[in-house]
Amino acid sequence: MGKMTGAQALVASLEAEGVECLFGYPGGQAIEIFDALYDSKMKFVLARHEQGAVHEADGYARATGRTGVVVVTSGPGAVNTVTGIATAYMDSVPLVVITGQVPTHVIGTDSFQESDIFGITLPVVKHSYLLRDVADLPYTIKKAFHIASTGRPGPVLVDVPSDVAEALVDFACPQDVNIESYKPTVRGNKKQIRQAASALEASKRPLVLLGGGVITAQAAQPVSDLVHALQAPVLATLMGKGAFPAEDPLYLGAVGMHGSKYSSMALDACDLILAIGTHFSDRVTGAFDSFAPQAKLVHIDIDPAEIGKVIPADVPIVGDAARVAADIAAELEARGFEPQTGDWLAQVDAWRQRWPYYDEALPDNPDEIVPERLLAALSARLDADSIVTTDVGQHQMWANQMVERSLPRTFLSSGGLGTMGYGLPAAIGAALAYPDRQVVCISGDGSVQMNIQEMATAKATGAAVKVLLMDNGVLGMVRQWQGLFLDGRFAATTLDANPDFCKLAEAYGWNAERIESWDQVEPALDRMLATPGPYVLDCAMSADQNVYPMIPPGATLQEAIGAIDCDNGVVREGLAPRGGASKKGGRR
Amino acid sequence: MRHVTSILVENKPGVLSRVTGLVSRRGFNIDSLSVAPTEDPNKSRITVVVVADEVAYEQIKKQLNKLVSVYKVSDLTAEAAIERELVLFKVGVEPERRGEVIEIANVFRAKIVNVGHDAITIEATGDADKLTAMEELLRTYQLRQITRTGITAMPRD
Repeated sequence: MGKMTGAQALVASLEAEGVECLFGYPGGQAIEIFDALYDSKMKFVLARHEQGAVHEADGYARATGRTGVVVVTSGPGAVNTVTGIATAYMDSVPLVVITGQVPTHVIGTDSFQESDIFGITLPVVKHSYLLRDVADLPYTIKKAFHIASTGRPGPVLVDVPSDVAEALVDFACPQDVNIESYKPTVRGNKKQIRQAASALEASKRPLVLLGGGVITAQAAQPVSDLVHALQAPVLATLMGKGAFPAEDPLYLGAVGMHGSKYSSMALDACDLILAIGTHFSDRVTGAFDSFAPQAKLVHIDIDPAEIGKVIPADVPIVGDAARVAADIAAELEARGFEPQTGDWLAQVDAWRQRWPYYDEALPDNPDEIVPERLLAALSARLDADSIVTTDVGQHQMWANQMVERSLPRTFLSSGGLGTMGYGLPAAIGAALAYPDRQVVCISGDGSVQMNIQEMATAKATGAAVKVLLMDNGVLGMVRQWQGLFLDGRFAATTLDANPDFCKLAEAYGWNAERIESWDQVEPALDRMLATPGPYVLDCAMSADQNVYPMIPPGATLQEAIGAIDCDNGVVREGLAPRGGASKKGGRR
Repeated sequence: MRHVTSILVENKPGVLSRVTGLVSRRGFNIDSLSVAPTEDPNKSRITVVVVADEVAYEQIKKQLNKLVSVYKVSDLTAEAAIERELVLFKVGVEPERRGEVIEIANVFRAKIVNVGHDAITIEATGDADKLTAMEELLRTYQLRQITRTGITAMPRD
């Protein structure tokens, strides 16, 4: 293609990777790259903060399955991406983050807007490159996309000094990529697949646990086929939500700290767990040593390091979830497997009837906007392909409990890092990927303020995101812990002087509405969803509403508090009438 | 248990940081570390000694294997391996007793690399047992400084 600058070669490389949309923020040391982007057909989204840009690329990546791309400048621009990169790393999201850097001859001299972003991000990237020679640029970008998007995906950082961006190079787009030290295992070991089939044949009370890996691997269909062959109940982690249809009778839904009582009981009683693409977070297991005490574990993951890391696996299978699930299903079929889980499913269903997430007979004030009721009303109004994003806190857990999703990539949430401020920019990224779909960000008044400047990005790009703001004036999840475990000492969890969110949204050119009582909820939700463009629905909620059930930190799944027992007059279990439950050990 | 781990990596800036950062991030102290290029100048070999139980060590190996810059991770504790370390001892000794120190060095097949007015510097190589035994003997003199390279190792076949 002839001589071009490093910056032009970078842009040509991104185009060759099929990038259509990228996110970022310019600056002095990235000015050449931005100049080259000026001539490109790729859509560049100017965020209002680099953290917002990374979450936007992350939301775009999670919604589409494609690699998200970020371009920022050196120093503070690069450092501002760290929270976003760490968020993507923890949730295995493919990103390529390109950072400007000071010229190579001044690297290491504390020059203006210099930061060692390569060093700073080492623990939170899948891989990273510091380009020192423009001749390496095209193949480095090729490798970055390959590494970010294959195996267990993750963020890859490419640091581009400004003199490398300015230098001339003979650009030729590399066709193939071959990295000797990087060959993810895709096909599961045949012997292990036979062992898994034998364990499943022998199981009387099997349980399937789905994580985000099922979505990443595009394995929803083969996993669903396997689950139906097994006739086993299905749990999904926060990251696995959408991997299995919520309306399927086999689906039990959320698990762990704020999962249902019936999920916890099923884990306690099951004799086998088939875990696919999940890493047994402490938020899922409760106390490790008493997790699913009767169960054998068949653990499938593409990352060998996840198998046996927390819970020892009886049958470990390293491989691609779609392929392994199909292989196990084929093996079972070849053996003439017939599921015999009728009694087990009946038992689980009885638990489900007895301990629901919410029951209208609870003595809640009928005028109050109760979180579970609000989100059930939202859920009923969503289309199958609507995309829901969340921030982090109580609203996130209520969303996990009450908002039903049936398709992969329709529920985007920061699961591993738990990043407040993720929801709004992630929703913008998703809305730009799918402008014709409904995109709703469920947020809180604490979280939304962590990246509220991205309201301008939504307005500028026409991203029609709807923010359902569960506004209780406090940092609700931490306050809940303080109420339950720290004798109601509400240290630093009251958000005094919150802005008027409607005026704020309107100042950014959004539509907005505030509601304060239950009778306003349904028409307001309808208005929000029907109004074109971005919209805030600010819902006044009580600060005293807690998320239940809750497994106290460090406690076992049996020790959940606050589940509703319908066989006992619809009461929340294990809660003192006021002032919280007994004090349980453990830190956050 | 003590594990001697040989890690074949890309010979590129930042790779040592990735490897040591990963080990320390998972909560392990590196007892010893040595690194240098191999017969292929594009590759380096890092020899790391850590103390970890089997489950934790398995996790470290798996995490190391995930690094894109890592070609191969070998646990040399499990197989017959040759382990060596080089040590420099600076021993303060008055001229009239210098002969005793030289005799110790000879017994351990160590080399005298410098002799000063009141001190003598010895270069010794060997496995941990030999070097520890030598150090204990030299401590009966004035042992002013010890510098160890860290263990390097190689499978026997």
